Amino acid sequence: MIPAQFDYHAPKSLAEAIALLKQNAGSAKVLAGGQSLIPAMRFRLAQPEVLIDISGIAELEYLREQNGYLAIGALTRETALEESPLIAQRYPLLADTAKVVADPLVRQRATVGGNLAHADPANDHPATMLAYGARVIVRGPAGERSIDIDDFFTGLFASSMKEGEILTEIRVPVPRPNSSGAYVKIERKVGDYAVSAAAVQLELEQGVVKSVRIGLTNVNPSPLRAKEAETRLIGQALTEENLEAAGKLAAQACDPSADLRGSVEYKRDVTRVVLKRAVRLAQGRIEQSRIEHGRRGESSGQGRGNGAN
Amino acid sequence: MSTHQISLSVNGEAVTREVEARTLLVHFIREHLELTGTHIGCDTTSCGACTVVLDGRPTKSCTVFAVQANGRTLETIESVAKGGKLHPVQEGFWEKHGLQCGFCTPGMIMTAKSLLEKNKQPTEMEIREGISGNICRCTGYNKIVEAIQYASAKLSEGA
Repeated sequence: MIPAQFDYHAPKSLAEAIALLKQNAGSAKVLAGGQSLIPAMRFRLAQPEVLIDISGIAELEYLREQNGYLAIGALTRETALEESPLIAQRYPLLADTAKVVADPLVRQRATVGGNLAHADPANDHPATMLAYGARVIVRGPAGERSIDIDDFFTGLFASSMKEGEILTEIRVPVPRPNSSGAYVKIERKVGDYAVSAAAVQLELEQGVVKSVRIGLTNVNPSPLRAKEAETRLIGQALTEENLEAAGKLAAQACDPSADLRGSVEYKRDVTRVVLKRAVRLAQGRIEQSRIEHGRRGESSGQGRGNGAN
Repeated sequence: MSTHQISLSVNGEAVTREVEARTLLVHFIREHLELTGTHIGCDTTSCGACTVVLDGRPTKSCTVFAVQANGRTLETIESVAKGGKLHPVQEGFWEKHGLQCGFCTPGMIMTAKSLLEKNKQPTEMEIREGISGNICRCTGYNKIVEAIQYASAKLSEGA
């Protein structure tokens, strides 16, 4: 279908974009990569009167480590994450995620900032950023704010960003030694949303879980952190029993709805499975990097890579 | 509601046109420029039949507004054959029978061409992943993969 009519602006700077958003308060939407908003406009699920296209603002497209975190400019394309050696080496959870967002053509345009700002629980980055414990930087007429990712998602397509604010940057803490992450997504086919997916960022010490954060995709009205599962794992060895218990806690905690991707029961069970697989994958990566660093480390649990179903 | 004058390069030629803000790039290409090689398959950003190359990025032209192409470089399927000679990717589709009904072919070729420009010798898995945003309902993809492998070999020969 053809979208409803609108006025179009293409500001060249962030300051200009914020001014335009203020002038058109209540009637404007921000267009970034457009890979969610334009489909919604074609179906007339979204009919903004004014569209402020920020995709030409070069100052929002960057990827760099600084001050103990990875700064991701809001307009960074998924393809840029996929092709970055820094992401591949140091942020495997993010690398996993970028590879399974939509399809390769969509990823050429889709932006990380848009994926979060849209606050769709079916999107992949919300769970990943919950697992990383990221911070979201937004800017509006009143200046800049930094929002803890735990406070960012407030409901279905709803975030704590205020009218007039633009998401400008995502800050991912630089992973500590002996930590790694993984994103495991079950999808019916390339380009579909997840049946369920788990994002895990794991830190081990002496074979037990020192810290872990787990985010879940598309099994809740808003992106969900599986806190019960995290609590169950912290201080424990990654035995099959502990992992199964954590998976079951996450399956209980989520609140999926039945659709063409499956029944509620099925989605809960897939959640249990992806959580276990993601933890095992993260664990394997920590062990792998320990081997690569030539360190003599402790053995961290049994049954690695087995029985995660 | 706003209309805009846009100027862009289309298959190497400078073009200036007036467009409504809401005009999708694919409609601009097919209806304003009358370049009908670019197809509309699904209208849901799923199928990739409308794939064009915008500033070097393979792009679903149903999911960009024409006004966003202002000042940019657009390549459509019509630009691929040069001087009546097929591009190696097109030749591959011809030689390996990479199509049946042909509807997905322009999009497949634009995606494959971009893939090979980035990675001259992709593995079979890289090819399959690379075209996973383009849907074909006829071939089962094997012949398309062979066509791209043919093009890869041909392009590497010339290197």
